[in-house]
Parts: sequence; C-alpha cells; structure tokens
Amino acid sequence: MSAASSLPAQGAAMAAASGWRRRLADLLYRRSTLALLLLLVPPLLWFGVVYLGSLLALLLQSGYTFDDFTMAVTPDWTLDNFRALLDPRHPLFDANIDIVLRTLAMACAVTVAGAVIAFPIAYYMARYARGAWKGFFYVAVMLPMWASYIVKAYAWTVILARGGIVYWCVDTLGLDGVLEAVLALPLVGGTSLSTSHLGRFLVFTYIWLPFMILPIQAALERVPASLLQASADLGATPAQTFRTVILPLAFPGVVAGSIFTFSLTLGDYIIPSLVGPSGYFIGNMVYTMQGSIGNIPMAAAFTVVPIVIIGLYLTAARKLGAFDAL
Amino acid sequence: MHSDPRAPWWLRLMAWGGLAFLHFPLLVVLAYAFNTEESAFSFPLQGFTLRWFAEAFGRDDVLAAIWLSVKVAGAATLLALLLGSMAAAALYRRNFLGKDAITLMLVLPIALPGIVTGIALLSTFRLAEVEPSFWTIVIGHATFCMVVVYNNVVARFRRTAYNLVEASMDLGADAFQTFRHVVLPQIATALLAGGILAFALSFDEIIVTTFTAGHERTLPIWLLNQLGRPRDVPVTNVVAMVVMLMTMLPIVLAWKLTQGTETVAGSGK
Repeated sequence: MSAASSLPAQGAAMAAASGWRRRLADLLYRRSTLALLLLLVPPLLWFGVVYLGSLLALLLQSGYTFDDFTMAVTPDWTLDNFRALLDPRHPLFDANIDIVLRTLAMACAVTVAGAVIAFPIAYYMARYARGAWKGFFYVAVMLPMWASYIVKAYAWTVILARGGIVYWCVDTLGLDGVLEAVLALPLVGGTSLSTSHLGRFLVFTYIWLPFMILPIQAALERVPASLLQASADLGATPAQTFRTVILPLAFPGVVAGSIFTFSLTLGDYIIPSLVGPSGYFIGNMVYTMQGSIGNIPMAAAFTVVPIVIIGLYLTAARKLGAFDAL
Repeated sequence: MHSDPRAPWWLRLMAWGGLAFLHFPLLVVLAYAFNTEESAFSFPLQGFTLRWFAEAFGRDDVLAAIWLSVKVAGAATLLALLLGSMAAAALYRRNFLGKDAITLMLVLPIALPGIVTGIALLSTFRLAEVEPSFWTIVIGHATFCMVVVYNNVVARFRRTAYNLVEASMDLGADAFQTFRHVVLPQIATALLAGGILAFALSFDEIIVTTFTAGHERTLPIWLLNQLGRPRDVPVTNVVAMVVMLMTMLPIVLAWKLTQGTETVAGSGK
C-alpha cells in the first residue's frame, strides 16, 4: 500500500478512482431514495416479472378453452372451468366438489390434530425446559422439520406397509382385531394402513407438526411470568390461569402455526399419491390436469381454489393477530 | 427432564412422547439403510451390512441426481442471497408507501402452496416457449429461497445500530468501505445462515420442481420416482439416509450461527 502510493502515477489513478467512488457514495448517501430504489429494483423486478407475472398468466389461462377432442388449449375466453367448480348444474361439478371437500376436510383435521399434539410440547419447551435443555428441545423439533420432506414421506410408507413396523407391533401385541375394526370404519378406514385415510392423516400430521410447535412455542415464550404470578396472587387455580391467561395469549401462535399446516395440506399432492385410498386431492387434480391431460386452463382454475381459501384464511388470521406471532 | 421438577408427569410424557414421534421415522430411515434384506420391507430387520452404500455410490443415476441437486441449490442460493439481502437492506429502516405490499409479496411464495408457484411458472414457461431445463428449476427455487435469506438478514439489520454506519461515514469512509468494513462483518453470519437454509430448502424441494424440471431429475425427484417401483429398495434406503443428513446437518450449523446474535458487537446503547 505504502509502496504503491509512493509511485505518483498510481497514486493519481487511485485518487481518481476513489474520487469517483466518493462522489457516487456521497450521492447515494444524500439521495437515500435513489439508494433505496437501486436496492429494491432487482428483487422487485424478479418478483414482479417472474412470480407475479406467472401468477397473472396463470389466472389468465384459467379462462382459456380446452378442447376435449383435440386436447388443445385456445385463448378463447370462457367461464366453463369455473362453472365446473361452482355450478351444481355442470356435469363435472359433483366430482370436482368432492375433491375440494376431501382436501379441505383433511386440511382441517390435520390442523386440529397438529395443534392438539403440538401444544403440550410447545408448552413444555417454553415454560419448563431451561438452559441447555431448551436448546436441545429447539434443535430436536427443528431437525425433523428440515429433514427432507420426501424422505419423511418415504419413511412412513415403510413404517405403514404390510409386514412393516406398525403391523409387526400390532401383531406382536395381538391387536389385529382392533386394527381391522378401525380400518373398517367409514371415512377413517381403508384396505390397509398405508391405503387408509387414517394413514394419510397420520403422515400429514407428522410432517407438518414442527410447523405448529415452533410458532406456539414462540407465542408462549412471550407470555410474561409476572402475568402468571398476578393471576395466582389473585387466587386463580392453575387451570383457571391456563384457560383465561395463557391460552388467549398463545392463541395467535396456534393460528400462525395453522397457516402452515392448513396451507401445506391444501396444496400437497405427493403424500396423497403415496399414502391413502384412491381419490384425488386438489394438488393431484392440478398435477394430472396439466401433466397427463394437458388441460392447463382447468388446472389453473383448480389452483384458484386454494388461493381463495388461503386468502380468506390469512385475512381471518390477521384479524386474530397471528401475523405478530409469526 | 432434569430442567425443572415442577412440570407435571403427564406434560413431561406428552412433550417427550412428541419428540419421540418426531424422530421415530428418521431412525427408521437410518436403520433400514444398513439392512441386509434386498427386496422388501420387513420388520424386525434381517441383519447389518454396509454393502448398499458402495452400490448406491456406484450408480450413475444416483450420482447425476446428487450433482444436479447440488448445482441447482448452489445457483438458487446465490441468487437468493443477492436479491434477498438487497431487499432486506432496502426495507429494514425506512417506511414508505407500498412497503407492506412488498413484504407480503416476498412471503407469498411460501404462504401459497407449492403447486400454485409450480403451475404458475410452468404455464408461463410454456407461454414464453421456454423449455424446462436446469435454469427453469433454479428460477423456481430462487423465488421461494429469497424469503429465508430476507428474513435472516432483515432480523440482523434491525438489531444492528445504524449509528455505526453514520460514524463510519463521518470518519471519512465511503459507502463501499462502510459496507465492507462495518456492515458486512455484522451481517456475515446472518448471510451464511440464510444461505444454508436456502440451500437446504432448495436441495429438498419437490413440488415446485416436479413442474419446472422437465426431464431433469433432482435428488428428491429421483427418490419420488423410486417410490413408484419397489425395485432397488436397498439403494433407495441409502439415498434417503444421505438426503436426510445432507439437509439436517447444515441446519444445526445455521442454528449455531444465529445463536447469541441478539446483541451484535458494537450495537450496545
């Protein structure tokens, strides 16, 4: 550095370069709006063009016409795709609404089950685990969340298969009759665990569970201990404190977690195709429509269903204060 | 368990039971990778062998899938790091019209189901007559990876004191020097953590990938195809274990990096 600046030519060159940089830096500092724009333009361009552009193109195509005989898409506007989803007189309405209701029912069941299983874990993490144990619990919940999705789904197909671990346990305990009886139930059952609604529900609940635990834990962490002491001082039993103080304060966390479990179930098509009885989910329908049939307009119309449902859900969640708990 | 004696036994049971539930399938994947049985799944396991590891890593399709996934995740991570941290730097301090809309837009790709992003990109690529390729996968992945980088970096920015930047400027450093010597060291671990999360997210992504990949096979797509045909069970088990560890281990590192960053050096009031 000192050797370089002792050479006059190089020193002048550096001064010129730093003068140029200096002026630009000063300009950016004084015109901070300009700096802001320069920073924002690339990400905004990316999102505006690639992402929002694609979403708009998708919506546009949901109004295109698909010819069943030539299997060709033409840009002729029609509402037929949406009538197939919303108009009971449309010949495909019954089949389509079945798919929507099946998916919605599963998303709701998974969300409720997730909240019920997650709450005690989150509560223990937030209120009782201390020091190193707290870190341990956090990592122990986070790791399964980040372990590969497809590997977790695969693990469950192995666990639930005939001859697999669950069947071996049931057999060893002599509970075959109980399992048969459960699988014979309508809405829950199926021919075997891995082809039943119960199996699919179990896998969904498992895979999204960490997404429920962490927001609830975060919400519970923020409940001040002084409130609990005050509640106790004022004579509330632990159960009353839980019901009237802790639960209302933790509820936004539950709603925040439910956004993930609900939205992820609504859009998934891998698990429904790997585990559970035949019968499509919204995701499978979208995938089949675009893939093997090539009916992108109908696939696009189907994706509007989760977008609308999640839009409504997010609006409600926002009212419940879930965004502050995210 | 030893942390606090006041927790009632049933709560301890539920908490530890929940943890066991979360880890049970991961242990199953670990165990089956070493199983000697070739053709099917049965329980109890038949025996212990390392044979399938050699076989899995001798297969060209497995190696090609791993290499493609690494390249895709690397490219998506770089893009996400660049664009995500720019967005974070622009949004953390100032309030302006449309800021909430921009924040919402950044979160949208992970708030909406993957199929929406996937089919939207696919249909647009078709309209634009872009053939699915390596780059179409990267575009899809970078879009949803950006938000994890953004979240990490924006959180760190909010905890760093802006007066350090002003002090640096007052002492005669220009914006670039300030960025390199003051800002970058403060956000470095957040960038690294965000990058690791983005890499793991991309490495594991399957739903958006199925739409944008065309004939390319990333590792998760390879696994998904494998599930449709129960041949090669032992190789599948080994690959499943490797994929699981590839995404889990870096996450621990990312967690370590963001530990104890509530107070960034020099930000004390």
